[in-house]
Amino acid sequence: MAYSDKVIDHYNNPRNVGALDKSSADVGTAVVGAPECGDVMKLQIKVEEGKIVDAKFKTFGCGSAIASSSLATEWVKGKSLDEALQIKNMDIVEELALPPVKIHCSVLAEDAIKSAIADYKSKQGAQPQEKTG
Amino acid sequence: MKTPIYLDNHATTPVDPRVLEVMLPYFTHKFGNAASRNHAFGWEAEEAVDRARQQVGALVGADAKEIIFTSGATESNNLAILGAAQFLGENGGHIITCRTEHKAVLDPARYLESKGFRVTWLGVDANGSISLEELERAMTPDTLLVSLMAANNEVGTLHPLEEIGKICADKNVLFHTDATQGVGHMNIDVARMNIGLLSMSAHKIYGPKGVGALYVRRRRKPRVKLSPLLHGGGHEWGLRSGTLNVPGIAGFGEAARLISAEGQAETQRILALRERLHQGITERLGHIKLNGHPTLRHPGNLNLSFAYVEGESLLMGMDDVAVSSGSACTSASLEPSYVLRALGVGDDLAHSSIRFGLGRFTTQQEIDHVIQRVTAVVNRLREMSPLYEMAQEGIDLSKVKWQQAH
Repeated sequence: MAYSDKVIDHYNNPRNVGALDKSSADVGTAVVGAPECGDVMKLQIKVEEGKIVDAKFKTFGCGSAIASSSLATEWVKGKSLDEALQIKNMDIVEELALPPVKIHCSVLAEDAIKSAIADYKSKQGAQPQEKTG
Repeated sequence: MKTPIYLDNHATTPVDPRVLEVMLPYFTHKFGNAASRNHAFGWEAEEAVDRARQQVGALVGADAKEIIFTSGATESNNLAILGAAQFLGENGGHIITCRTEHKAVLDPARYLESKGFRVTWLGVDANGSISLEELERAMTPDTLLVSLMAANNEVGTLHPLEEIGKICADKNVLFHTDATQGVGHMNIDVARMNIGLLSMSAHKIYGPKGVGALYVRRRRKPRVKLSPLLHGGGHEWGLRSGTLNVPGIAGFGEAARLISAEGQAETQRILALRERLHQGITERLGHIKLNGHPTLRHPGNLNLSFAYVEGESLLMGMDDVAVSSGSACTSASLEPSYVLRALGVGDDLAHSSIRFGLGRFTTQQEIDHVIQRVTAVVNRLREMSPLYEMAQEGIDLSKVKWQQAH
């Protein structure tokens, strides 16, 4: 299977590989996928005043999965939570020119964004007043 | 050193230049049809086919008259299994094979199952070996055929042909072996191993694609009879009609002659390179699992799982090395290798597997380069693997509740 230039670029130069402190209240963490399925994405966002100021990922998966998550971190940075929730898997498919058999990689990346935001929101819900003061 | 480096010799091998040399005249001035009995063009072609028949037969200890030329091992396997079943089992019957066989054995057997034959699918242990006791226990009075391969194409495990042949002979059951991968690299003797049918392919032994052979026991008893699949001009003793592929067959003959003469030394050389590759990788990287039997395996085969790294991304990082992966991401099915599954390899490690297939033209320089490349790419991918991170944190990955994509 031939990869698009953009997939190859993200694979060779992945953006935002790394980890944020998952115990921190302003960090939302998602781990989606399963090793048995050949894809696991970990995506983390750091939120300040409703804006995603940083994002990191680690991915176990094929080149398209790595590229999808790398692109997702690039796209969410600087966005508000509501804006980030608007990112759809088909936007990723289009940007990376993913073939039909790789669409699940983009689905996983969308899930990762949503799940990281949900994790952040649940942390905020659980301890809403901690940071004032 | 030329790149990309070819380490996929189980998929196919290049035609040896010496083989090509022998083939060329049969495309041009020696173009006759081997079935033309009344002129020199035909005689010349027939002579080439007869010579090749003898050379291919000699590779497995068979007589020239016991070799049927086919279009490849898939056809040989189909002719062996369907041909034997049709001839022996007019009222159905029982066939024994194994879950790790090539699709060209599994699918004909499955087809016969749909036509009323009973099939026993033997399992394998973690090394890919069958149990001889289980084979013996599976045999019933209506067992017509046992089909078990010489060397597995994915994990390289060798089946004990001599012991299997002995059990079959004792029970008077026909024994077919798909020797596509093993032939030339292991000592195969159809008489000593009580083999009744044996499939081979030219392009796995540095001959051309599109040519194979089926050994059919005739010289010794019990003589094997088959129903043909292809009907027509009655070529190959009526077992395989169709004009013979004379250049291909001439090449197959030469390829067989070369590997008969050089195979033993070649096997030692390839084996040493494979050990160098295996050792080189395991010295530099942890969390590596060897798939297949540690010792009873094809000399050119090294199948490794690199934990926490997905196979396709690994291949992508080694774009100057041609290997294959058990990860299904390379196919449309998204299912990992059925062979690795049969060995009990978890789907996670199956997704992380790479098959290295060394061959005649593999050099030490290439192996050393591959060791460097694999090490660098695996280290890089592990750095960005959430599974590796979790494992480093001491998390038991088998106990994690994974959130699936929907």
